[in-house]
Parts: sequence; C-alpha cells; structure tokens
Amino acid sequence: MEAFGLLVHGFAVLLTGKTLVLMMVGLVLGIFVGVLPGLGGPNGVAILLPLTFTMDPTSAIVMLSCIYWGALFGGAITSILFNIPGEAWSVATTFDGYPMAQQGRAAEALTAAFTSSFIGSLVAVLLITFLAPMISSFALKFGPPEFFAVYLLTFCSFVGLGREAKHKTVISMSLGLLLAGVGMDTVSGQLRMTFGSAELLRGINFLVAVIGLFGISEILLTMEERLALLGHAASISLRVVLSVWRDLPRYWVTLVRSSFIGCWLGITPGGAIAASFMGYNLAKRFAKNPDSFGKGRIEGVFAPETAAHASGTSALLPMLALGIPGSGTAAILLGGLMVWGLNPGPLLFVEHKDFVWGLIASMYLGNVVGLVLVLTTVPIFASILRVPFAAVAPMIVVSCAIGAYAIQNAMFDIWLMLGFGVVGYVFKKISIPLAPFTLALVLGNRAEDAFRLSMIGSGGDLRVFWSNGLVGSITTLAIVLLFWPLIDKLFSGVGRLQPPAEA
Amino acid sequence: MSQTDLEIVVEDPTAPEDDSPAVVSSGTIEIIVSLLLLALAATLGYDNWRTGISWDSTGPEPGYFPFYLSLILGGGSLYGLIAALLSRRAPAETFVTRAQARRVMAVFVPTLLFCLVTQFLGLYVASFLLIAGFMRLVGKIALWKSLLTAFLFTAIMFVTFDIAFDVIMPKGPLEAAFGY
Repeated sequence: MEAFGLLVHGFAVLLTGKTLVLMMVGLVLGIFVGVLPGLGGPNGVAILLPLTFTMDPTSAIVMLSCIYWGALFGGAITSILFNIPGEAWSVATTFDGYPMAQQGRAAEALTAAFTSSFIGSLVAVLLITFLAPMISSFALKFGPPEFFAVYLLTFCSFVGLGREAKHKTVISMSLGLLLAGVGMDTVSGQLRMTFGSAELLRGINFLVAVIGLFGISEILLTMEERLALLGHAASISLRVVLSVWRDLPRYWVTLVRSSFIGCWLGITPGGAIAASFMGYNLAKRFAKNPDSFGKGRIEGVFAPETAAHASGTSALLPMLALGIPGSGTAAILLGGLMVWGLNPGPLLFVEHKDFVWGLIASMYLGNVVGLVLVLTTVPIFASILRVPFAAVAPMIVVSCAIGAYAIQNAMFDIWLMLGFGVVGYVFKKISIPLAPFTLALVLGNRAEDAFRLSMIGSGGDLRVFWSNGLVGSITTLAIVLLFWPLIDKLFSGVGRLQPPAEA
Repeated sequence: MSQTDLEIVVEDPTAPEDDSPAVVSSGTIEIIVSLLLLALAATLGYDNWRTGISWDSTGPEPGYFPFYLSLILGGGSLYGLIAALLSRRAPAETFVTRAQARRVMAVFVPTLLFCLVTQFLGLYVASFLLIAGFMRLVGKIALWKSLLTAFLFTAIMFVTFDIAFDVIMPKGPLEAAFGY
C-alpha cells in the first residue's frame, strides 16, 4: 500500500501544466521518429537527449520516456500500413497487420495494435509499481561483491542467451568494457589507454558513442535500401474503435499470455524481439485454426504487440531497481540519469522519491495520452512518410551532431560520433550485436569499481564471489548462463543417448 | 476495394539496382575487422601492462581489469578471424553491392564534409550547407525548396538550442558578425 501512496504523490508531481506539455511534445516527437524510416526507439531517444540537458531530471525523464512510448506506438503505424517494421520487434506485427490493411481493415488493425500496446505496457507498469520498490529495498543490502555478481549475470546472460554468434557478443561486450575504461581511472586517479591524447583524457562518452552507433549508422544503413513506399491511408473512426474494444474480452487469453511472456522476457536483457515472436507463435499454436494466421487475423496483431510493449516497458524495471538496463533504450535512459547527476541503483528509490515515482506515474499517464493521441492523429503521422528521405537524412545528421557536441562542448566528440557511426554500420552488417556494447559501455566503470572494491575487501581472494548464499548463487547462475548453449547441448545429447541405451 | 485505397506513394528514383555486382564479401570484411580488433586488443593490452596489471598494497592496479578484458577481446577476435578464414570456401555473402556503396557514400561524404565545415565555420553554417546541398544534389529537390527548408531548420535549431535552452553550439565568423 505504501507504493500506492507514493504513486499518488507521483501523479501530483506530474500534474503540472509544464510537465503535461513536455509529455505531449515527447509523445509527438516519439511517434515522429517511430514513423520515420530508419529511426526507432533507441535512436530517437539518443538524438533527442540533448534537448533535456537543461531541464530538471523529472521533466527530462518524463519527456524522454514519452519519446520512447511514442516511438513504440509509431512503429506499429508503419508495420501495418506500409509493411515496414520500424523496429525488429514490430516484425511480427506485419504478419497479420499488413494483410488486414490490404483487406481494407487498416483502421481495425491499428486500433488493435494501439490498444494491445497499451494493455501490454499497463501490465508491465503495474509490475514495476509493485515489484521495483521491493527489489530495490532488497538490493540496498547489496555490497560490492553482490553488485559485481549482478553485473556479471547481465553480461553472461547476453552471451549465453543471445541469438548472435557467441564470439561476436563477447567481442562487442569486451570492446564496450574496454572503451569505458579509457581516461582517468576512478579509483587511483591514474591515466590509462589515453596514449598521451588530451581529448581522450575525458574518456569516451557513452552518449556520444550511442548517437554515432544508432543515429549515424542507421542513416547509412537506410540509404542502402530502396526507399520507395507504397502504403495504405487510414483514418480511425470512433465506430471502429468501439467495435474492436467490444470484441476485446474475447481475446483475453491471448492478451494475458502475451503480457506475461513480455514481462518475463523484458526483465532478462535483450528480450523484446524474442517476446514479440514468442507471443505470436504461441497465439498461433493455441488457436483452433492456426492456418488463418498470416492472412489478416486480429489476434495476430494483438499477440505480438502486447508482448513487445510489455517487454519494452518491463525492461525499465531492472534499470530502476538495480541500475541495470534491460534493453538498448533503457541503457540510453540510464546514461541520461547520469548526465542529470542521478546515481542509478537501488538508492534512487530512497534519495530521489519524486523522480522515481514521477517517472512511474508518467508511464501510466504517457500511455493513456499516447493511446488517445495516436488513435486521433494516425492520418497525419502516416503522411510524414511523404517527406522525401533526402530532406530527412541531413536533418537527422545535424541533430546527431548537435547532440554529440552538447554533451561536453567538445568538437572532438563530433568526430568521435562519426567514427562510431562507421563502426556501427560495419558491425551491423557483419552481425556483431550493438546492444551488449552499449550496455557494457554504460556499466563498465561501475562493474570495474564493484570488482575492485570487492577484491580490496577480500584481499584479492576470488572466493569472495561465493562467500555467502546470495552472492554465490548469483555468480553460479551467471556462469551457468554463460555456458548455457553448451549445457543445453549436453543435456539434449544425453536425452538422445538414453533411448538406445535402454533398448 | 483493396487497391483503391492505396494513397501514399513515394518514389525512389535513385534506388540501388538489385542486380548490382558485389564490391566486397562479408567474409573479407569479417577478416579485416577481426585483424583490426586484434591490433586494438594488442595495443590496449600493452598500454595496460605498462600501467600496471599486478597488485599493490591498495588492491589491483589500474591496468588490471582492462588488461584481462583486452585478452578476452583478443581471444574473441582471434576466434572470429579463424572462423572467417575457415568459412571462405562457402559461397560468399555480399557485404555491399556497388550501387549500395554509391548511395552510402552519398551520405557519408557529405556528413564528413559537414563535420569539417563545423570545425571551421561553426555548426549552423555547416548545417545550412549540408541540408540545402543534400536535398538539391542527392534528392534532386527544387532549389528554392531546398534553400528554404535548410534555412528554416537551421533557424529553428538556433532558436531552440542557443537561445531557448542555452545549449551553446560551435560558431564561426558568420555568427560573430551578428554578435553571437
């Protein structure tokens, strides 16, 4: 019940004219970047982050998270009307969404997508409201070894559970951790990996890297594609909305199942894409006539959208409670927290109550406002795609440069951004994943500090990571996850061997 | 009724052809990237070794943690190098076709020039030149539309950042002439 009281307080923080205006601005900007080709959640948040530098942290996070919700809503518009998934996790939405649009049921599909996004997020926000304070008060007891074990768990689960080739994930992660270490060492004050350069003294800023990796590289990648578009126009009438909503209770099993999958996978790192496909596939498997999927079935829109949004939202849970982002976008928001001078982690709930509960309240309010906004303005946003990419691309480049420069007022950062743009382009093309790099870069220093502090505490004895039940089980779990593919293979190998042995 | 409500149609006259020949295969790029990463791992590893990778009275020295990371990075890229070399006999996957490379360069080169101009003439002049030039030369959009869009966008950015939000951007002689 304490959470409820604090939540009401959060709404009180939020319900000022200024915050509401920022919320609307954030949502509109978010839908805008979500609809534009080649831009999505993480890119949009990274590019627009500098706008918030001079705001107070609460307004800033409200605006940024609204950009994120907006981008999530916007992705569904292009998936359904144009068969172009704005994000990897919108791919599953195109399977049934685009056929529906082709049959002239675009309005229905869009309403279904927005409504189920809303439901998915709402379930995840409820989870955050009640679970995050509990986890963070539990985590207050953590010492450096426990924190290092949790960081290790995050990194290992990326390697063990990721879909990419293992060595590529390892490369991307170790590179991120290394670059995080460039500059002044936080413990001893000594310089390292600067090679005498005064510019590297400051270190490699996380946000500069992100703007390059996600903004510039995305422009380069988008230009490779054929940019011609052929889409359906749609306007949503109140009658369609109401008829979809009336049918909604019939699909409650799908909605509940997808929300659950989404929340579960969102908390584990890198889960949103897996969540949307899993939601879709399970809905198909449990349906009475699975063959009708892919031909414009409304359930095929409900299932992946609910799961994707539930996981996109619940990815913020570990970020708020432990200071560990569950997705690329959450990592960028975390980078933002540091810029505004907040220290992410369990202490956030104690030291910055206004901020945390303002953010959680803004998740509720942002989703409600967002739902109304997208339902009423779809035609306007769909027509943004008429603007030629040749006009949009240079504007995005300029915005990226402004963002990169504004962080530390350094021209060097603009060049660094360009360099990271090229790196991101090449990495994406040879499928080295960028999310582990982002995560490692933002967590690198804190992981190292935790490691060194626990080493100092134990006098260099690695057994400190198994010194009590809690830290021991986290560390063991991390190592199990790291070698999960091997263990999995071993077990299925044993399973295959068993029957002949008995026969 | 399905085809009649097609309303939004955007053409892409300079789209890359599908049958354009490959410039380089993904395997080759993987080898190059692995070699570069290996070199980076060696350089950083050496630098950390020089900084100190052992233990002193206060705990691990600054180079300790990154040194072992460079070993991991080196190991990963070595594995990638060997894997890429071994799979060379398999049919090559295209990294980029000639037409795609031309389009990517059409964005990359202007962006590079933009950064260069920003260094000397300031961000706003560079941004005006980039947008107007890109729209006109790459997008083949009418000159007056290009100039107007570029001017409006740059002006909005200037008002938003330098005046409203007090985020100061690099400026050059033109802004100085106006007293900023």
